[in-house]
Parts: sequence; C-alpha cells; structure tokens
Amino acid sequence: MVDVLRHDLLIIGGGAAGLRAATAAAQLHPRLNIAIVSKVYPMRSHTVSAEGGAGGVIKSNDSLDEHIQDTISGSDWLADQDAVELFVREAPAELLQLEHWGCPWSREPDGSVAVRPFGGMQKERTWFAADKTGFHLLHTLFQTSLQFSSIRRYDEWFATRLVVENGRCQGVVAIELRTGQIRLISAGAVILATGGAGRIFPFTTNGAICTGDGMALAYRAGVPLKDMEFVQYHPTGLPGTGILITEAARGEGGILVNKDGYRYLQDYGLGPPDPWPRLRAMELGPRDKLSQCFVYEMQKGRTIQGPYGDIVYLDVRHLGEKKINEKIPFVRELARKYVGIDPVHEPIPVRPVVHYMMGGVHTDAQGATPLPGLYAAGEAACVSINGANRLGSNSLSECLVFGARAGRAAAAFAREHPAADLAALEAQSRDEERRITTTVLRAEGTERVSTLRQEMQLAMESGCGIFRDEASLQETCNRLARARGRFMRLWLDDRSRVYNTELVAALELDFMLDAAEAVAYSALARTESRGSHQRTDHPQRDDARFLKHTLAYRTGGAPRVDYLDVAITRWPPAQRVYGG
Amino acid sequence: MMAEQTVAERTITLEVFRYRPEQESEPTFQTYEIPYREDWVVLDALNYIKDSVDGSLTYRWSCRMGVCGSCGMMVNGVPKLTCSTFLKDYYPHPIRIEPLANFPVARDLAIVLDDFMAKLVHVRPWIIRRQEEPLEAGEYRQTPEELDRYKHFSMCINCMLCYAACPIYGLEPEFVGPAAIALAQRYNLDSRDQGGRERMGILSTHEGIWACTLVGECTTVCPAEVDPAGAIQQAKLASALGWLRRVLVPWGNK
Repeated sequence: MVDVLRHDLLIIGGGAAGLRAATAAAQLHPRLNIAIVSKVYPMRSHTVSAEGGAGGVIKSNDSLDEHIQDTISGSDWLADQDAVELFVREAPAELLQLEHWGCPWSREPDGSVAVRPFGGMQKERTWFAADKTGFHLLHTLFQTSLQFSSIRRYDEWFATRLVVENGRCQGVVAIELRTGQIRLISAGAVILATGGAGRIFPFTTNGAICTGDGMALAYRAGVPLKDMEFVQYHPTGLPGTGILITEAARGEGGILVNKDGYRYLQDYGLGPPDPWPRLRAMELGPRDKLSQCFVYEMQKGRTIQGPYGDIVYLDVRHLGEKKINEKIPFVRELARKYVGIDPVHEPIPVRPVVHYMMGGVHTDAQGATPLPGLYAAGEAACVSINGANRLGSNSLSECLVFGARAGRAAAAFAREHPAADLAALEAQSRDEERRITTTVLRAEGTERVSTLRQEMQLAMESGCGIFRDEASLQETCNRLARARGRFMRLWLDDRSRVYNTELVAALELDFMLDAAEAVAYSALARTESRGSHQRTDHPQRDDARFLKHTLAYRTGGAPRVDYLDVAITRWPPAQRVYGG
Repeated sequence: MMAEQTVAERTITLEVFRYRPEQESEPTFQTYEIPYREDWVVLDALNYIKDSVDGSLTYRWSCRMGVCGSCGMMVNGVPKLTCSTFLKDYYPHPIRIEPLANFPVARDLAIVLDDFMAKLVHVRPWIIRRQEEPLEAGEYRQTPEELDRYKHFSMCINCMLCYAACPIYGLEPEFVGPAAIALAQRYNLDSRDQGGRERMGILSTHEGIWACTLVGECTTVCPAEVDPAGAIQQAKLASALGWLRRVLVPWGNK
C-alpha cells in the first residue's frame, strides 16, 4: 500500500498565477499544507516568455477609472465591469508586492518604478523589467516561494484528471514523470493555474507546454468553458517560429509599415499617423484591430510575401541603438538570432500570431468555479476581465490579482472541507490508470500524435483564425470531430514508464482536442462580430443578442452552448474609438 | 522546382545519446539522418525525429526562444541551448547530441535536476530584511545605477549550462556551483536586501565559493550573459574582506 498523498490546498501549475496563489495562501494561513503540481519545473512555466510588462495604476497622472475604461473598451464591452473594477484596484498593490519581493522593475532616475505606454491605453501604466518582464516576475515569485516550507512541490508531475466525489473536487490523479507512476493526490480544494492553450493552433507565441490542460480538466468535470471563441492574435510575431516581438517595441515608438513603407494603420480609423508616439492611436491601437488590419492589407496585396507567409515590417530603427539596447534588448537579440536581422539597422518582419486565450474555465471574482472545491486563475480561467479582447499588459497583473484571490478563497474552502472519501478517490485513481493504459497506451493503433496534432492545428487555423464564417467554422468542427475519432486509434512508439514524454504529448493532445472543440463550437454559435471574434457573415456587434458570455458544456458530441449576462455597472456599451 | 528539390534532398546526421533505464544498463548512440534546413535549430531537428521517426526520444523543451531554460544539451561536447543552436553552424558535418555533462541522466537527453534545486534553496534566493515596509509605503526606491549593480546576475535562466561546463562541479559535486552563487550574489547586491551576511555564511565555505578555481567556463557558456565567474570573484573578495574585518577590527562587524 503506497502512502496517500494528502494536502489541504492543491495548485495545478507553477507559473505566475499558481505561485501567487500558493504564496497568498501561505502568507494568510502559515499552517496550511499547500502543494503545487506542475508538469514542468516552475521556472520553465510559460509566464517566463511574457516580455512587455504588467499594467497597474501608480503614477499621479493616471487614474483607476482610466485603467478600467481602457480594459472595458479593449474588451469590446464583454468584460464584467465589477470584476474589472476590483482587478484595477488591486493590481497596483500586487505589483508593489512583487517589488518588495525583489522583482527588478525598470526605474526612473529618482528610483521610482518606471512605466511605459502599451496599446489601447490612455496613460502610460505598464510596469516593466526591460523586455523580460515575465521572466523576472516568474523567477521572483518562484524564488520567493522557496522560503515557505509549507509549500510542497511536485515538479514534473502531470495531472490527468480531477477527482470529484460527493459533489466537490477533492484532488487530482497525476503521473510522476520520472517513475511513470500514476498517483492520487487528494486535497480540500484545487486551483487550476495551468495557463493557456495556444498550441491548439500551428502558429503561436506560446511554448510547447501551453496545451489547455486545466481547461480540459475542468470541462471534463462538468464545468463550463467561458468565451472560448475569443482568441487573441498578437500583431507582431516572427514569421516561421511565431516568437513574440513585444508590444513594448511599439510602446517605445516602433512603427508598422507595408511593402511601400506606408504606415497602413491610418487607413483603418487609427490615424492620423502624426504626431508619434501617441496613446490609443496607430501602432498603439488594440491588438485585435491591429491584427485585423494586417489581413486587410494582405487582401489589398500590400504585404510582403515571405517563406512563412505574408509579413509587414516593424521598424524601430529611429529609436537608435542606445534606446533599443536599454528598453528592448530582447527584441534585438530575438530578431538577430531567429530572423538574422539587426533591428538597429533593418526593420523586423512580423505577422499576426496566436497569443492568448481570453476564454477559459468559468469562475467568479474569487476564482471559484461552479464545482465546489475547484478554483481557477490566470490564463486558464475566465473571470472575465478580458472579454472579447485583452488589453496588453493586463495578463501578468491578472495572474497576480486573481492568483492571490483564488489562493485565499480556496484556502478558506479547504480549511472547512478536508478531503474525505479516500477509498472512493482511490477507486477513481485506478479508473484513470485503466483509462490511460487501455486507451492511450493501447496495444494496437496506427495514428501518430504528431499527425493528429497537426491536423487539429490546421483545422483551427483554417476555420478559427482572425476572420471566420459559418462554413469555415462548421468545417473546422467536422475536422475536429474526425480527429477525435482518429485519436481512438492512436499508437505510441514509447512503451516505457520512466519519463514517457510521448505519453504526455498524447494526453496533452487529448486535452487540446477538448479546448479546440470548445473554441470552434462557441465561435460557430456567436453570430456577431466583437473584439477578436470577427464573423465575415455577421460583421456587426449585436448587443441585443450577444452582450453575453458564452458557456460551453461538454457532452458526448458537440458541446452544449449556453449564455450568461455580462455585468455592466457604470460603463454602458459604446463604440470603440481609437486614433484621432 | 529544381532548386527546391535539391534543397529538400540535403540531409544532416545526428548522433543522439540514448539511455532507457528500464531496457538498457548502458547508454548507446543512435544515428538519425534527417532533412537539413538552413533555418533549423538543433531542437527543430530533435522535434522532427520525435514527430516523424521515433516518438520515444526523450528531452525537455518549451519556449523555443532561449528564456525557459529547458533545452540545454551537449552539442558536440559543448553545453548549448538547443533552441538557439543552428544546424547551419555544423552542416555538413554530423552533430553529436548528449545530455548535459556532470548530471545524472533520467532518460536519453533529460538530466536529473534535484541537486541544483536543493542548492538553489540553500543560498536563500529571496529578499531578506530585518523590517519589511508595508505596501502602502510604496516601492523601495532603487535608482537605475543600483539596479545595474545586480541586474546581470538576475538574468539567470537556470539552464544548467554552467554546471555542465564547470570542471570543479564535475569533480566535487558538493560545490554550490556557478548559477546558485550568481543568484546569491544577485540578492546580496540588491539595495533592497539585507541578507548578505546570512548568505555569506553559506557561501564562505569550501563547498561555497572557495572550491572555485576561476576556470571561467561558466561565463563562457552562459546564454544569458550572467557572468557567474564574476559573481564568484566578487563574493570571494567580499568574503575575504569580511574575514579581514573580523580579524583586524572585531568591533567593526556588529
């Protein structure tokens, strides 16, 4: 009989949201027994790749109301305004907490924290650590977490299923990668902080680990996924690799030009181009609109054809070498290394790239899901403060604010609800082990993980891209259903238990197929255009029918799609106005 | 069309270290001949093998942009991040890929990190203060010059290339090692931190900084320009000065 692994609070994911949840719970309840389960060592989490910064009002010329307005107009009015208000109110203290924990924020000459402009903002309010903000934030949080002896870590354990008994979530089943053992880890409450699902698309800024695990875990436990049709394309990714070139490049003054060297954004209501830089205009417009403008330019034949699709140029040469080295050194390093050009002397080729999931596990502002004992935070969750298009630099702050909130709320729940029913939980764990060995590791099959993954990604790109319509979405849904069928004939080369990364890839694909299905069907059902969801067959925003959150529930076949009202408090829906 | 076909026919040979502890008692090398692409990094080649040739090949990776620190391996005997090591720098010669040196191998190209994870905690890499100011008091002031004093040591991505390059760590596994010492020094030099003496007690031992003979390989291989050798040298100087102060002016060390 192996020991039962028992904790009060269990956090799945060791990125910014998960680590902040753990530290918040540990600070509040020093005797709480906390564990973090992460499929990678926490410092490998995808938070590490965030570059430009984290939004929070700190300067005297800024105000909470302006951050709220920017977030809501950025969201195309699909964000819950009560949630946005508390997010904006709490973000500065969270960023200050990171400062007190040692985050090397870039500074003004007087030693105060510096801020930079970002897209869609009326004021400069993005805190930054040069252009490796996510990296510094993650390492600061991780290193700080090491001093809490109450936080136990399960590094390189992969959670494959939530265990739900007596109507509440009481832990997970997870594979310890180094041994291949499948174990129950029980807890009074579970927080999903597993990040996004960018890897359901072929061309993404997201690292290999962003496979929607937490979204699928919740979805399978009957929890709805909210607003999954809203997928953010970042306007400036490197062709081929999809590596992110941060919005900070434009915040610092970079411009976007087409094949004629023309700043094309002025043709789409974002101008006039001068004076530059100017807030909430031109290259500092919101991400959804900038990515859509790229497609319009491509349709007009004014982009440049490259080996990895059409591109435009991001030009930062006028900033000069000194400023480039000081403010965006990583941009220079990435461009030199991966496209072989030095931005000091040449413009950077870029194209829109899948970057962020606005949607995720349906939660309230405490991070609580409809399933008692289950919480979610960060990109895995949808509160929602991001609505139909996230404001740049809100995601790191969101991880902190809602990570901390979920940590505190889940800790309180766990203290009142210790894991019980251990025999029943163990039985579920054995069921899960059987599922993995009989379906994923089955003795015969013909389909490779990579083949099916590519088919899913191509289906998503062709039907669920920047512009969509009913026919293309229906085709994507059909292709995903066929891929799901083929998944039942999977074959793995790797039959070992120890460190079986092919098994992990197969289970990740299993999760991604769920997340992809939720995106495609939610997009099919929303017959309007809003933010990042643009339907060429329904080009207008339709507040009468769709000022609502989508809730997708898993069924045996196509998901059941339902709707939930958006919380509107002080900011009635209006047109989004940029430029001018 | 002709030109494209010629390009598609070019191949490159990878000799890859394989070790499956359940099946084999000794590691072997497996040779793969795969398509050569001008813009591929070594990691792309490994992903090609895993996706199309042999799904059992085991290694770690995620961000593929040099910042998550997962994909360090020995490439022709040199520790490298495989996501930023290009095939074109080796072509047409074969490339030998091995797990990072000086670490136990979990399987194939994946090493065991337990030792570093323990050492990281050991050097207390967090802000230590006698008195924590309330958040309402705002940020601790830190000028750009104060930031510059420690900034480069804060760039460590924990990729373990420096440990793989360090001849001392290879001989004396107790050695705290370059990355952990650089991180300790990162906090020692941070104007917000007051834990220097606490950390110096840990570092000023043989297993700490004094084992290092300043070979400097750590700094040579570092992909993040951290300069761990510089950190160790600084810590040695601080430790020696601390010793002198204690011996010569014991009352001055309160």
